[in-house]
Order: sequence, then C-alpha cells, then structure tokens
Amino acid sequence: MWTWFHRLASPPSFYRLAERLAPWLGAASLLLLLGGWIDGLMFAPADYQQKDAFRIIYVHVPTAAVSLSLYSAMAVAGVVAVIWRIKLAECAMMAIAPVGASMTAVALITGMLWGKPMWGAYWVWDARLTSELVLLFLYLGVIGLYQAFDDPRAGARACALLAIVGAVNVPIVKFSVEWWNSLHQGSTLLKMGKPTMSAAMAGPLYAALAGTMLFCAYAVLRRMQNELLVRERGTRWVGELQRAQAVDDRSASV
Amino acid sequence: MSAMLAIFRRELLLAMRARTEWLMPPFFFIVVVTLFGLGTEPNDPKLAAFAPAILWVAALLSTLLTLERLFRADLEDGTLEQLCLGATPLAVVALAKLLGHWALTGLPLVLLAAPLAVGLGVTSASVPTLVAGLALGTPCISLIGGFVAALTVGLPRGGLLLPALVLPLITPALIFGTGAVRAAQQGLDAGAPLYFLAAILVLSLTLIPWIASAALRNAFD
Repeated sequence: MWTWFHRLASPPSFYRLAERLAPWLGAASLLLLLGGWIDGLMFAPADYQQKDAFRIIYVHVPTAAVSLSLYSAMAVAGVVAVIWRIKLAECAMMAIAPVGASMTAVALITGMLWGKPMWGAYWVWDARLTSELVLLFLYLGVIGLYQAFDDPRAGARACALLAIVGAVNVPIVKFSVEWWNSLHQGSTLLKMGKPTMSAAMAGPLYAALAGTMLFCAYAVLRRMQNELLVRERGTRWVGELQRAQAVDDRSASV
Repeated sequence: MSAMLAIFRRELLLAMRARTEWLMPPFFFIVVVTLFGLGTEPNDPKLAAFAPAILWVAALLSTLLTLERLFRADLEDGTLEQLCLGATPLAVVALAKLLGHWALTGLPLVLLAAPLAVGLGVTSASVPTLVAGLALGTPCISLIGGFVAALTVGLPRGGLLLPALVLPLITPALIFGTGAVRAAQQGLDAGAPLYFLAAILVLSLTLIPWIASAALRNAFD
C-alpha cells in the first residue's frame, strides 16, 4: 500500500498514470455531459412555474457544486504540500486553481442570467451570491500570488497557506442559504433523504453533475501533466519522453 | 514572554522615531470619512444609514496603508533573518509584531471612530456597538493582513498584490461588523454579530501566528 502510494507521488509514474487515465475521463465526461444536456434541454418536462427558463440549472448547479469541491480539494492539496512538501501536491494545487476559478465564474454568470427573469435582478447582495463571489476572488488571489513568485516551489507553498486560510469560506458558501434569509433557494438535489425534484428532471441533472466532475478531473490531470513537464524539464524522464515523442512523430510522417 | 514584550516595545519605539508612519493611517481615516460627508448633500439622512459601511471600509483601507511595511523594513535590514534564526519561536515573534501593528494603527482608529460616527449622524445609542465592533474587528484586520504581508514580503510587486489578497479574506469581519451596527440602529439585539466577530478574532489570534511564521520561513527558502 505505502510503496504504491510513494510510487504514485513520483512525477514520472504519475505522469504515465495520468496519460492512461485522462482519455477515459475525457470521453466519459463528454458522453455524460452530452447525454445530460440533450436530455435536460430537450426532453425533461418544463417547470410548472419557471417554464423553460429553469433549464439553465443543468449548467448552473453542476458548476456551482464543483467550484466548492475544487476549492476543498485545493486546500487539502495545500495541507499536503505544506506538511509533507510533496511536489505533486503543489502541482495539483496550481492545476486546480484555474479550473476552479473558471467553474466559479460560469456558476456566477449562469446564476446572474437565471436571476434576471426569476428575481428581476442580475445581482443581489445576499449571502450565497456574495460568498460565491468571494470564492472567485480567493481563486484569483491564489493564481495571482503564484504568478508573482519566480521560484515555483516557494510560490506554491505560499499559495497553499493562502488557500488554507481561505478555506473558511467554503462552509459559509455551502450553508449560507440555511443560515441567512436568502433570495437564493435551498438545495433540491444534494441533501439527505429524497430529492424534492421529479425523476425526469433530476436524472439529467445527475448526469450533468457527474459529467462536470469528470471534466474537471480531466482538466486538472492534463494541467498537472503540463505543470510537471515544465517543472521537470531538465530531468531524464522528460528527455526520454521527448525522444519517444520525436520517434513517434517521425514514424507517423513516414 | 519577555522576548515577546521586547519585540512589542521595539515596534512601538521604531514607530515613535518615525512619527509619520503611525500618524498617517488615522489621518487618512479622517480624510476618507470627511470626503464621504462632503460628497453627499448636507444633512442627508442616508449618510447615517451608510455610516457603518463608510467607517469600516475606511478603517480597512487605512490599515492596508501600513501593512506592506510591516515585515518589509525588517527584511531589508536583515532583522527578520535574525529573528528567524533566533531561539524565540517565530510564531511568538509574529504575534508580537502583529499586536504591535494593531496598537499603532488599529487602536487609534477605534478611538477616532466614535466622534466621526456622531459626525456622520449615527445615533448615540448605536455608537457603543460600532466601537465594540471595530475593537474586535481591527485586530482581525491586523492579523489576517499581517499574514498576507508575510506571504508577500519577499516579492518585488507585493504591494500591488496585498490589497487584492487581504480584502476577500476580511469580508466576514466586515459583514458582521457592519451588521451589528445596522441591528443596533434598528433597535435590535446586536449581540449575535458581535459574538461572531469575537469568534473570528479568537480563531485568527490562535491560528494566524503559526501560519504567518510558516509564510515568513517560506520567504527565506
């Protein structure tokens, strides 16, 4: 078990594992997203109150859910990076940050587009919306801090500390709807017990949620691979990888 | 403990030798609040409603002014390196420096807030809530801001990055601080938001010194 864990944490073997895993994740996410979106946008029944406008839920809810889980994942990777100084955890953090920032941005934008016809306003300053906006700022802060450092290892450790302190925000976003009186509705899907949503509507939402999660896993793995290649560009395994690639290209062109 | 006191006294002494450094933030605080007063029409009742937000944001901005210098000067003359190598735990050093920063910039703002709030038209019944909120909130600003200052201490463009990193982290304190005053202005009980602020203060007082010391060590690796 431990030897497997140690081997996984070494950059070359992780790179190979990611190379094997990523295409499957990408294909599965593509299938789930296409299936979920087509089913949700075309075949699911319209809401009795919101009519067809509710269909933006198939983008909004998955991205919003994923934006929080990605931040938690980044903070956990940050803890690992600070305590055990594992290079791979630093790469994971810095790969998660841009993916999470874009998911947060998509959740905010779709939420605003949804809010205009339903609430009559693109933006209201209430707990859920504001804390999600703060989440976006936290992601951007992590990215900006990393860019400011010349040494990627010192930069990643600084980002890890920032992400750990910022993690206080995650439970605030998650429970803001229950703690404060908010215009934003409570969760209908991800809660204990039976979902308060008909199966014909919930099915595509689960598919879109799983598809978004797999897409994020795919994007994070690919970004980690790039980060590893850049950081380890002087090492032997990257050199061997390049030579193998060159041989492949030559045989392909012949 | 004696080392902590020595560092705290050193902070105050250094500030006394360079008066503008600790006189600037309170002055800036007064100027910002006055500009808000001048920017609206005379005796606008809305000004009293916005007073908690104005005072809190002005306090945040004037604290930000001095945060960048908090560890920078010590880094430049090598003091910080000596403190890192010394026998005193770095977390204790960081706590002393952050408390010194609060005593020099946060405390004057708390004392100035009451007369300025009355000037903005806040009823005297809700002034104690405002002052209590700032007394609990300004140490949070010093602690959290000091942590970010420690993160960015070695960076050439740290000064630009600092406010962008501090402000999102400090929003909970701002929300509870202004919420307490609004509750008091409406005649409601302001206890709950003040307790939340106290919880944030206790949390940052116990955790931030350690995280800040890790950030300072990171600057030398």
